[in-house]
Amino acid sequence: MNMRITKHPILGDIEYDRKVKIYVDGQELEAIEGEMIASALLAAGIKTFRYTKKHHAPRGIFCGIGRCTDCVMTVNGMPNVRTCVTPVEEGMRIETQHGCGKWKEGAGDE
Amino acid sequence: MRVWDIVVVGGGPAGLCAAIEAAKNGARVLLIDENSRPGGQLFKQIHKFFGSAEHKAGVRGLEIGLQLLKETKELGMDVWLNSKVCGIYDDNVLWVVKDERKSFQVKGAAVILCTGAVENSISFEGWTLPGVMGAGAAQTMINVNRVLPGRKVLMVGSGNVGVIVSYQLLQAGAEVAAIVEAAPRLGAYGVHTAKVRRAGVPFYVSHTIVRAEGDGKVERAIIARVDERFKPVDGSEIAINVDTICLATGLTPLAELAWIAGCKFVFNRVLGGHVPWHDRYMATSKKGIYIAGDITGIEEASTAMEEGRLAGVSAAAAIGLIDTERLEKIAGEIWERLDALRCGPFGENRKIAKQQVMAGGDEQ
Amino acid sequence: MKGLKIDGAPSIDELRGTPGYPGIERARKGSIAFIECIEEIPCNPCETACLRGAIKVGRPITNLPQLDEDKCTGCALCVAACPGLAIYVKTYDYREGMSLIKFPYEYLPLPEEGREVELADRYGNTLCKGKVIKVDVSAKNNRTAIVWAEYPQEYFEDVVTMIRL
Repeated sequence: MNMRITKHPILGDIEYDRKVKIYVDGQELEAIEGEMIASALLAAGIKTFRYTKKHHAPRGIFCGIGRCTDCVMTVNGMPNVRTCVTPVEEGMRIETQHGCGKWKEGAGDE
Repeated sequence: MRVWDIVVVGGGPAGLCAAIEAAKNGARVLLIDENSRPGGQLFKQIHKFFGSAEHKAGVRGLEIGLQLLKETKELGMDVWLNSKVCGIYDDNVLWVVKDERKSFQVKGAAVILCTGAVENSISFEGWTLPGVMGAGAAQTMINVNRVLPGRKVLMVGSGNVGVIVSYQLLQAGAEVAAIVEAAPRLGAYGVHTAKVRRAGVPFYVSHTIVRAEGDGKVERAIIARVDERFKPVDGSEIAINVDTICLATGLTPLAELAWIAGCKFVFNRVLGGHVPWHDRYMATSKKGIYIAGDITGIEEASTAMEEGRLAGVSAAAAIGLIDTERLEKIAGEIWERLDALRCGPFGENRKIAKQQVMAGGDEQ
Repeated sequence: MKGLKIDGAPSIDELRGTPGYPGIERARKGSIAFIECIEEIPCNPCETACLRGAIKVGRPITNLPQLDEDKCTGCALCVAACPGLAIYVKTYDYREGMSLIKFPYEYLPLPEEGREVELADRYGNTLCKGKVIKVDVSAKNNRTAIVWAEYPQEYFEDVVTMIRL
């Protein structure tokens, strides 16, 4: 399912030449260099990014601007990453987060 | 600690214009924005702006954004992106966290806060389901990321934001099933509603959303008629099959930094709630702190740009770069343009509200 | 129909008599612009766009645009200039039994010249079929295409746009 808008009456046509590979729950996904993680997921038709701790309720993007934290996922082992304001990177591993997530050993260290 | 003449917090239309005016008048400027790209909401506005030629009428919002960015580059100011201003202290010292990793303290002889606004949301049964989002979130997705968040949308709210985003959703290839408005009359300009109406999008006034339904995501929206007290009327529910529900239910100024700094605030419902008081030169009650744009009250990009310019020249004057005579002349010209934008039945309320704020009291 | 602030579209009654909407007689002679702008909003690019001075807004810029029926030649320069996409040009007697409308259109796909399309009223209802005569996508219109379509005269006043493809 492709939700990308490749032709637009105002924004014009677009051809994506700079693509990156990301992994979402182990599945390889093609993303566009520089786009936000949430954008890549929505483009692939993925709307559920995490499940809440208490009620295991599905959540996705809400404010889209980095303020509400509804869109957080675990990225490269680091939980609670706001996917609507974090750009994709080659080889990024993104996981649907359950509750508050778990820190992977060494995640986030430089 | 690094010091600049003028530090501008927020790189949207107000902040960009403030930074440009300050730099044009010889100030060393630092522009800080928490996003990876500046421009605020401007790059999402792919429609042609209203106003007059001096307000850049007829130019698309994103084109204005590109022009402003070009000017900032030509003027050679410092721009810190991915940088959050987390605190503000005496003597205009700001705590900035860059790239979520490094902390800095920076200082400006003057500081201009242009932190904009945040979308409001309304809650209803099922509102946490994936597929329910702010109208601004949908607008970012389609106009900046060029991705459809869904295929069939219910828009809640008929103000300019809701109706313009509905039009842009149609342009992006989505279907807009309906626009609901709790009030008995539509809020947006008639020319905006007419555009989407002739594209076949129905309006439901005196209606609100009561429930979002679906298995793990939005599949249906249940709307109902409301009475004069905005309470849903029994038996009036209508189910609409949609996969996306956008909330365009107003904006609230993001004025936390002004609050932390100890600026005096006033309350004004027309402008979106608690706003910092400011004078004719966009100066707050705290020496050296200026404000511009939606932080001062919810308006539009055109007023944000004018206020930004005014704050920029006022701050530059305060640090001795512009003499009083010239400041008065520029301020006079800007106020004329602001007054022109705040005319007519849509603008009059805002003009009065702004006067109330500057007079210092809460609305009566 | 309950009116602009309820239906979202202006009714003919709300439009008649407003300074931008031509009178019935002049509307049927030659080509003329119809400016469906009936609220006081600060906006005047239509005034600047018209090279014949046929549109007047003046000060304050919230004034409703006034169309000078004698000066207007229906050249359609104002159609793309209006940020609200509220202007179109019509010719009652385009050819035998057919009228012509030039209206702003910002959707994809654009129709091709010669294609038959469905023409619609202010509520998005199909009224009739018509043929696309021309699609003006010149750069000066800044991405607002102007579509020319001919349609049966009996729908003269009600047609304002086409159904999206």
